[in-house]
Amino acid sequence: MKEHFVDQLRRIFPARRLLAGAAELAPYESDALTGFRARPRAVVLAETAEEVVQTVRLCYEHAVPFVARGSGTSLSGGSLPIEDGVVIGLNRLHRILRLDPDDRIAVVEPGTVNLAVSHAAAPHRLYYAPDPSSQSVCTIGGNVAFNSGGAHCLKYGMTANHVLGLKVVLPDGEIADLGSESLETVGPDYTGIFVGSEGLFGVALEITLRLLPKPECYRTLLAAYDSLEAAGDAVASVVASGLLPGAMEIMDRLAIEAAEAAVEAGYPREAAALLIVELEGLSEEVEAESAKLDKVIQASGAYEVRVAQDEDERLKIWKGRKSAFSAVGRLSPDYIVQDGVVPRARLGEALAEIERLGVEAKLRVANVFHAGDGNLHPLILYDGRQAGALERAEKLAGEILRVCIAMGGSITGEHGVGMEKREYLPEMFSETDIDAMETLRRSIDSKELSNRGKMFPGGDAPALTSHGPHPLEREGKLSRE
Amino acid sequence: MSDRARTAQDVQDLVREGHGRILPRSGGTKSALSRAPDGVSTLDVSELRGIVSYDPSEYTFTAFPSTPLSEVEACLRESGQYLPFDPPFAGRGATLGGTVAAGLSGPERFRYGGVRDFLIGVQFVDGVGRLVHGGGKVVKNAAGFDFPKLLVGSLGRLGILVEVTFKVFPRSEAHATLRFSVGDAAAASAMVRRLASSLLDLEALDYEPHTSSNGGYVVLRVGGVEAGLRGRIQRVERFLDREADRRDDDESYWKSVRNFDWMGDGAWLLKVPLTPTRLVGLDARLEELGAVRRYSAGSQVGWIVVRDAASVLRLGTVLDELNLRGLLLDVPADQEPVSFRDLFRGAHSGSGPLADRVRHALDPNKKFAEL
Repeated sequence: MKEHFVDQLRRIFPARRLLAGAAELAPYESDALTGFRARPRAVVLAETAEEVVQTVRLCYEHAVPFVARGSGTSLSGGSLPIEDGVVIGLNRLHRILRLDPDDRIAVVEPGTVNLAVSHAAAPHRLYYAPDPSSQSVCTIGGNVAFNSGGAHCLKYGMTANHVLGLKVVLPDGEIADLGSESLETVGPDYTGIFVGSEGLFGVALEITLRLLPKPECYRTLLAAYDSLEAAGDAVASVVASGLLPGAMEIMDRLAIEAAEAAVEAGYPREAAALLIVELEGLSEEVEAESAKLDKVIQASGAYEVRVAQDEDERLKIWKGRKSAFSAVGRLSPDYIVQDGVVPRARLGEALAEIERLGVEAKLRVANVFHAGDGNLHPLILYDGRQAGALERAEKLAGEILRVCIAMGGSITGEHGVGMEKREYLPEMFSETDIDAMETLRRSIDSKELSNRGKMFPGGDAPALTSHGPHPLEREGKLSRE
Repeated sequence: MSDRARTAQDVQDLVREGHGRILPRSGGTKSALSRAPDGVSTLDVSELRGIVSYDPSEYTFTAFPSTPLSEVEACLRESGQYLPFDPPFAGRGATLGGTVAAGLSGPERFRYGGVRDFLIGVQFVDGVGRLVHGGGKVVKNAAGFDFPKLLVGSLGRLGILVEVTFKVFPRSEAHATLRFSVGDAAAASAMVRRLASSLLDLEALDYEPHTSSNGGYVVLRVGGVEAGLRGRIQRVERFLDREADRRDDDESYWKSVRNFDWMGDGAWLLKVPLTPTRLVGLDARLEELGAVRRYSAGSQVGWIVVRDAASVLRLGTVLDELNLRGLLLDVPADQEPVSFRDLFRGAHSGSGPLADRVRHALDPNKKFAEL
């Protein structure tokens, strides 16, 4: 049976695009959740949508589970292979099929890199808004599967808010067209529920994205505080003032030190916390808003405030922020990053609790997070070579998720449940809720083949073995945030 | 036949024990969607109303679905916030739940998005009587399947809402409405496209064709901090190289647009999702039909009004030919909605392999009406 299935795959794919040897499979055993790995039976590198459809149909016929994979940047283990299943590599399906500046849409294949969409739209002064930190390598297909976020979600929303239509292959090989090219819809929003379904509903083959006009100008402000709490309070004050900044980010002491050591962003090194606030829009408006923001920040107890005077300074501020996670990673051989969400007003309380839990677990925790929407990113440092260290880190990560749930938040703001947080789904949702989700999943995928083992508790668990950074991370192409 | 539910438990009981199909009804402000067809009983959920919690600092609120939009808007306004998807029909008495189920957003959805973008959490009763939560109560959340989005536009077909949570935004301090006259639909469409692709960050951008002559007005709303308003207006004028005709009835004008005061009584009203490049083709056909129409949110949606049954039938054919879908919202009081619904492909049937499976999962025993 096993040979038979792979032989049939060989009829779809030439040898160079069908990997089945141990050495060829090794790079696909893991994704950006490096603590887990599993050996797939085969990896196929699709170059056409038709090949994807044929593979899915074959898998269905033989009841072989499969996972679609782009660049493998999932932080929740979303693209981890299923032991003995098939990995459908989509990176070669990276064409932008259509870009229409009048309708302000782009129709792309799933392997298209996130940033490539904005590059293609740039001549029309348009861009694709969702900006996960891995946007220079992560693919739209993965963004769709996990409803990826980024630094600008409060104002612009997540991936789901920017996907208008989809052509998908369902887990049994049927094709469905969802949504349209309009921002408006009639009938149930099937596009909306496909996005973020973590690959359980099948594979997106064509994705219609909404493009936005690029903001005319930015004003990026950096404020230093002598406590994390003060920075958190400043965020609350900005919100209370009625301003709606494009981004509000906080970094703690450990993250600042690491970012400085890595990229010399010019941050005040002695600060206990840094707050970055970015206003964007029409120059007249940004100017008027700036006056308001300055007053709020001055009253917030910041001991140093800087405003980027030009684009270089702005990019420098962001460079420190965006590299903070990989920089913190240098302080430790291994780390886990969580992305739980708490109500904004409870940020200070949540951070204090994380600190306490870290001390208790004897593990260092750095924090860099999207403060505007309460999306935490505690980074738990550990050394995988020490016996029991990974388990302790995992335990701490779990306790942090429980803090988020207890405060009325979410276990994931933008990375998805994936493999990593599936045991916590029942703490956020009732048995009935999960039952309804599982009924829906089985109705769409009766054999439970598509990305089996993700989102729902139980099921096949890849081994928890490895340590060390993701290969892309080593090359500096990937950061975890 | 009609039942009344006062609590989520009532809804569960009625779904579990009831025989025949159910159509939930609250404000009943969309006549084509709230009148039960033969053999379907109405479930009156209008007592499931009231704001459960509102925390201005979180930009979120939770409410029972039959809370009137006007009550929500007044409450948010006290804290300087608003519903950015700008729901229509508040003046008619429309509710949050009906707005979600019908999937309706108003002109200001242009700036930040529609109802699908701001509904972040739901509780609903599915077709087997389960009380299901989806989404959450925080502004950012990626856990579990996105039931809130699925229920937008679902017309009560997949579940009955019993609680909704929305994200909200601070309201602009100051607004102004500017009007530019245009000679025909092509000129209007071109102007709207330019404005929509610009950096001007408008709150609303509509095209209002004249009913009795060619051309019409491109109407837009700017908003922001008080100090920046003048600059914003000047930027629009510079961008178009034309002086704007500024309406002095900014607020009441948009209110009347949202309430469809312009459609008159005894008419059929249809929503048609569009893309900007398809406006001109559609408009020519509508003009032939003598339809009153308005294009909103940067030409992403057309609102079409016709006054006799023959025109509705022809409208069905026109949309079919143009490969557009429509949702019938209003029919005159003396007309039966069911005889017109099927004219508009796709909207009501929700066909396709994914749709069928979703439906089978959430309503296996066909308890909900198929509008």
